[in-house]
Amino acid sequence: MSTAQYVDTNTSVDVMTDTDQYLTFILAGEEYGVDILRVQEIKGWDSVTPIPNTPNYIKGVINLRGTIVPIIDLRHRFALEEIPYGATTVVIVLKVASDNGNRTMGIVVDAVSDVYNVSAEEMKSPPDFGTISIDYVKGLATVEDKMVIVLEIDKLLNSGVMDSTEALLQ
Amino acid sequence: MTIDITQFHETFFEESFEGLDIMESGLLNLDIGAADNDTVNSIFRAAHSIKGGSATFGFTEVAEFTHGMETLLDEMRDGSRDVTQGSVDTLLQSVDCLREMLAASRDKTPIDTENAAVLKGELEAILASGNNSAVTNIVEKTETADTPEACEDREGWKIKFKPHHDMLRTGNDPVRMFRELGELGELTVEVDISQLPILDDLDPEESYLSWELMLKSNIEIEKVKEIFEWVEDECDFEIVEIKGDALHSNKVEKEDLITDTTEVTPVTAAKPAGGKTTANTDSASIRVSIDKVDALINMVGELVITQSMIGQLDCDFDDFDISRMEKLRDGLTLLERNTRELQESVMRIRMLPISFAFNRFPRMVHDLCQKLDKKIELKMTGEQTELDKTVMEKIGDPLVHLVRNSIDHGIEIPEDRLAAGKPESGTIELNAFHKGGNIIIEIKDDGAGFNKDRIKAKAIEKELIGSDETLSDEKIYDLLFQPGFSTAEQLSDISGRGVGMDVVRRNIRELGGNIDVKSEEGNGTTFTIRLPLTLAILDGQLVCVGDEIYITPLVSIVESLQIKKEFVNNIAGQTELYKVRDEYIPIVRMHDMFGVSVKRKTLEGGLLVVVEGDGKKVGLLVDELLGQQQVVIKSLETNYKRVDGVSGATILGDGTVALILDVDGLIELSRNPSTSGSIPQSSVRDVA
Repeated sequence: MSTAQYVDTNTSVDVMTDTDQYLTFILAGEEYGVDILRVQEIKGWDSVTPIPNTPNYIKGVINLRGTIVPIIDLRHRFALEEIPYGATTVVIVLKVASDNGNRTMGIVVDAVSDVYNVSAEEMKSPPDFGTISIDYVKGLATVEDKMVIVLEIDKLLNSGVMDSTEALLQ
Repeated sequence: MTIDITQFHETFFEESFEGLDIMESGLLNLDIGAADNDTVNSIFRAAHSIKGGSATFGFTEVAEFTHGMETLLDEMRDGSRDVTQGSVDTLLQSVDCLREMLAASRDKTPIDTENAAVLKGELEAILASGNNSAVTNIVEKTETADTPEACEDREGWKIKFKPHHDMLRTGNDPVRMFRELGELGELTVEVDISQLPILDDLDPEESYLSWELMLKSNIEIEKVKEIFEWVEDECDFEIVEIKGDALHSNKVEKEDLITDTTEVTPVTAAKPAGGKTTANTDSASIRVSIDKVDALINMVGELVITQSMIGQLDCDFDDFDISRMEKLRDGLTLLERNTRELQESVMRIRMLPISFAFNRFPRMVHDLCQKLDKKIELKMTGEQTELDKTVMEKIGDPLVHLVRNSIDHGIEIPEDRLAAGKPESGTIELNAFHKGGNIIIEIKDDGAGFNKDRIKAKAIEKELIGSDETLSDEKIYDLLFQPGFSTAEQLSDISGRGVGMDVVRRNIRELGGNIDVKSEEGNGTTFTIRLPLTLAILDGQLVCVGDEIYITPLVSIVESLQIKKEFVNNIAGQTELYKVRDEYIPIVRMHDMFGVSVKRKTLEGGLLVVVEGDGKKVGLLVDELLGQQQVVIKSLETNYKRVDGVSGATILGDGTVALILDVDGLIELSRNPSTSGSIPQSSVRDVA
């Protein structure tokens, strides 16, 4: 057992307030995390209804118990290589805060991984790397010697919707 | 225990605004000089509940202001004051003022106390003038009505209290009230049990008793009234002051009170209402009649029964025989019927009678008539026609605009009318009724009607049409709805303020409706608005493009036909036109437009769905026509955004999502392909 884990379990009682839980998922071998309180549900990949004239990372919409929920392929979003959806491919349904209130959106990822406790001080601010705008990254956390990229889903998913509109208007 | 009273504010405001509407319509219906008692009573009750509510919730200015109105109304109610035009007008203005005060309280903006103070002064003046006779009237009345022994005590109050039969059901307990009274001074209670039935007939939840209470104390009448505040509407009570040998009715006290309060209020004044913020948040709640809810509950009950009936069938599938199959089929039929009924009654919850939108017109006509010196009679029919709440909210402004236009431009001044051989008083009719799957609202006036030549001249002047064009009547009236068109020779503050007929038409179109004009010069104009019954359900034609299913609104489909090669024509080798009888209709290839891969690329043998939107026709090329069905409209915007050419989505029987085509949007898209088609994917990738 790593020291980090040990410290974490030991102090989790008294620093409850600044420890957040994150659900992590795998995308092309990298581990990403999202605030677990934003996760509404995790469901298997099912066919979607494509929406015309939208960017290719918007896979389409699904019927989630009567609500129309857009599905975003995170591989496409991050311009990663496309792979066929397999048995572990899942859709994580998230609550996203936007200017117009809460939206429900789904992201397609390779597989779900784990749930970690990460305290605020363990979270490192990301260096300015070129590939993904750092606006979309909340921070980097080290869990069991692995790096977890914690995503700022509000910005990531809203910009996904909004930017494409702007791109349309240009 | 503390209760957060603010949670009831929303309800209070909603009820108060409803109360104001009641007061307004009541006041407008009052016949001057011979007021109908019921009407006055209902106005009074509305004012009274606003006063009570605002006092409870701590909106003291509102409560004080309403008190003045209430006093005046109370006197009208008991016949001690005649209903005069002046007092009715003042009350109407007070209703407006009260509405502003309430809106300000709701939006938490400073209340315009100046206006309130002025009106309060007016009310006071009315109350003071010629009121002496009224007061003595009351005094005499109470004197004759009261028993002589009432005079024996020195200072105190004599209270006659007779609860209505159902008062106890509202949770009010007389004993508790008497205890509270007892704390105010020495209390003697006499009970009248004459109404008490024999034990067998006695309903323990009813109240049969009445009391006569003597309170020896020199406290304010308000303190006494406070105790009865909660039961005011559920009992008859009378408070009489006992002072030596003179009897003063509490109505006299009320008089004093008003003058007191008016002196107090201006303290908070000197705050001019800067910029009337009418940031009206759409009230998120809806009032539903209990019948509708009951019907719904019944329906759900039936659904549960059907469900359990079907549930019994599948307990063991091993010995499944054909008789079960029958039963299952019956069950499913039943289920289908239940579901449809349930759906209908849920939809009905959203429906409101159109009187909600019509109610404002009597007042508007009344005010505008005075302003313009016109005589107009407003006739309304079909006020009970029900309309979807969303439609109702959006149709209000266009209606106001149309009625204003009719009053301002349509109906002539009395002299002109008489000269034209028409009755002096003009008529505006507002009719609402069902026709087919639509709601029709007609605004009909018997005024001057449109002058076609003038419309044409104006259009030529504004360069909307060429000077040598010949137009059909229909086209001429269509010009009225063009942006920047106003026939009013001079702009008044009633109509022609830039919000033109084009906005009216756009609003109505946004609701999926349309508007027609029929006019006869000299005989009047009729505007006909056609609206869909509801926004939530749509009759659709399912069409297949490649592997995708889209829904075309049935209302926009003109016809569907199989493409024959000889009717296909090209322009510049690109735009394809299809000859339908004597018309050339552009062909829109749906799979190109929506980027759907499709096996067949040739037109031949394909199906063309001719749709009409915004007055233009196009033919949508689809692969297959599937069934027709009613679909429930779901918004794409809730979780995503607006998509060009798509008005929404729905869920099909198999649980998958299908997109609903926006015909107007598609036509727009097909004309400007630059804004549509393939998204530049690279630019989006750069973001990532």
